[in-house]
Amino acid sequence: MARMKFVCDAERCIECNGCVTACKNEHEVPWGVNRRRVVTLNDGVPGEKSISVACMHCSDAPCMAVCPVNCFYRTDEGVVLHDKDVCIGCGYCSYACPFGAPQFPSQGTFGVRGKMDKCTFCAGGPEANGSQAEFEKYGRNRLAEGKLPACAEMCSTKALLAGDGDMVADIFRNRVVQRGKGAEVWGWGTAYGSKQAGQPPVTGVK
Amino acid sequence: MIRVAFILAAAVSLAACGEKPQTSSGAKLDTPAFQGTSNPYNAPGWTAGDKTSWELHLKARGQNSQNEYNRVN
Repeated sequence: MARMKFVCDAERCIECNGCVTACKNEHEVPWGVNRRRVVTLNDGVPGEKSISVACMHCSDAPCMAVCPVNCFYRTDEGVVLHDKDVCIGCGYCSYACPFGAPQFPSQGTFGVRGKMDKCTFCAGGPEANGSQAEFEKYGRNRLAEGKLPACAEMCSTKALLAGDGDMVADIFRNRVVQRGKGAEVWGWGTAYGSKQAGQPPVTGVK
Repeated sequence: MIRVAFILAAAVSLAACGEKPQTSSGAKLDTPAFQGTSNPYNAPGWTAGDKTSWELHLKARGQNSQNEYNRVN
């Protein structure tokens, strides 16, 4: 299997926030934490574009590189997950992430920053698959139930695609050919490398 | 005097023995998703523990639910 990936089709996203709602409901995400959100570029201007943004589960994840306690790990499917028992809530990952994915609940009396929370690609965490402990810390493990992320499966226009990288790329490519425009895959170059986004590799940069 | 000095030296030298290790243990090992769950919400059509079955099921589910060009109009 190729790696699990997200693609947001900006030609289709209508900023309905259905993905945000699906995510919040599926995982019972606390108030103030948004694992997924919809960002609109040139809001109000004719031709505005909306994209749904969450953790992209990067090939070379910057959050993993900067974490001082090594709480991140990557599954065989390329999903970047973290262990909340190890996380110290320092926030380094938040500064490193180009997508603003890491979220920090502030439930303490003085608004103390809690342990990091982010999109899990509906793959839970290191606790036993489908267990109550896993649900309370990370939300539902839909991948282990044989399902795809709730945000993508609930998307009314199918703008948000999730799953095996080859499969979502195939679906997106077919759409672009059919409509003859809108080949931009927002965030793919940043998350998976410029070659993945169909752009020539940047020369002179390591 | 020597006795007091010995006790003080022992107290200072043994003080670190109560320290908890502060090195990171790293993340716990995770069970692969293809192993399935024990809850009753598993999607039908694949066998828990069979990686190939799980991968094929997810690919088919993705195509069926996300690619409307596959549908008959």
